[in-house]
Amino acid sequence: MFSNMLPNLGKVMGRYGALFVQGLYYTLLLSLLAVLGGTLFGSLLALMRRSKIALVRGIATGYVEVVRGTPLLLQLYFFYFMLPELMPMLELSKFACIVTAMIFNSAGYVCEIVRAGIQAVDSGQTEAARTLGLNGSQTMLRIVMPQAIKNILPALANEFVTVIKETSLASTFFVGDLMTQYNVIRGNMFLVIEPLIIVGIIYFLVTFTLSKGIARLERRLKESD
Amino acid sequence: MIEAVALTKDFGTLQVLRGINEKIVQGEVISIIGPSGSGKSTFLRCLNLLEMPTSGQVLFHGVDLTSKGVDVDKHRQRMGMVFQHFNIFPHLSVKENITLAPVMLKKRSKQEMDKYALELLNRVGLYDKRDEHPRRLSGGQKQRLAIVRALAMDPEVMLFDEPTSALDPEMVGEVLAVIKQLVAGGMTSIIVTHEMGFAREVSSRVLFMDEGLIAEQGSPQQIFDHPQGERTREFLSKVLR
Repeated sequence: MFSNMLPNLGKVMGRYGALFVQGLYYTLLLSLLAVLGGTLFGSLLALMRRSKIALVRGIATGYVEVVRGTPLLLQLYFFYFMLPELMPMLELSKFACIVTAMIFNSAGYVCEIVRAGIQAVDSGQTEAARTLGLNGSQTMLRIVMPQAIKNILPALANEFVTVIKETSLASTFFVGDLMTQYNVIRGNMFLVIEPLIIVGIIYFLVTFTLSKGIARLERRLKESD
Repeated sequence: MIEAVALTKDFGTLQVLRGINEKIVQGEVISIIGPSGSGKSTFLRCLNLLEMPTSGQVLFHGVDLTSKGVDVDKHRQRMGMVFQHFNIFPHLSVKENITLAPVMLKKRSKQEMDKYALELLNRVGLYDKRDEHPRRLSGGQKQRLAIVRALAMDPEVMLFDEPTSALDPEMVGEVLAVIKQLVAGGMTSIIVTHEMGFAREVSSRVLFMDEGLIAEQGSPQQIFDHPQGERTREFLSKVLR
């Protein structure tokens, strides 16, 4: 078996190289949409968790707990079946349903990232701003947020790396990501290990490069403090 | 100008202020002294509602700041505050620390404020640092910056919360000098401090706080030279050596 591996790897690459590229494209697209959408929705949740109104706080907290307390695969199934039922007129594609699910999932985690980033800013900053006469939202916008961003950005980039790996679960629904392509190629060539190795290397190269980049970004942000 | 009426503040089951009545008029320079935990800082922070009093009133020019519907932000613009830990905005330059609030709150135009900021910086010897990042400032320089940042809003009263307690000893003098200069110019000031020599020198009135109440008050001479209360004497004998 192992004697054939190298030639087989070459064969898989030669015949299906384009599919891997396509798979990588969908994996990155799905992850990017999930994190971007998750950041918008997650930031909103984070603000809700700081609300003065207990009900608003409760809704956001409950949401985060549910997202973090149930498996992603379950959430994917849920949206995959529920969204078309709930909104048949939209005629959502499979991909759209899965993106939506990933956004809702990511938002739960991003909410905590944003919240922690805001909390890490010394409360004296808020006090100083408020005593100058700035109101709550002016203080948040001009004093707290610009400082919180430094805590939030690296964590957000890490979330992106995590999501890239998690999108492999979306292959359950054949949305065209890297793992989907693996399943396609495995079925066509009756090779199990070789395409898996290639897909694994692609995942690793992407996440490893990103992680290194993030570590660098983090160092730069620290220096500017 | 500022009046506290039956002011109390609880933190959970701990009663930090136990009914303070005090009136501060324009031009007064008040030093608040007393053992740690006596409620000095809490009292000061209640005056601009940084701490919401549990009961009682804070009157500023006759307006009760604790009542609902009062625009506290508006009133805070006229009460400057300086903190123990400076609380300089680290993401802004030295000059921007001063200009941000007045420009944002439309107190002055951007151009006007830029000019005024330089004038203020000049006054406290920080003109050369105007475009620096605050992380390059020493503690004493940060505190001087914090003072002019508050002054840029043209406050009617300045609240100082242990302004020299976090400073290295060699920097205490430069900050006290700025406060002295300010007080000499007639700024109404309320200063929570552990610097007894300074309190004696600049204050028009000294409040001695103990266990959430103003236990004794009077002119610096009365308090420092002829303290009446047992607790006042005990405290002063510990800090004045």
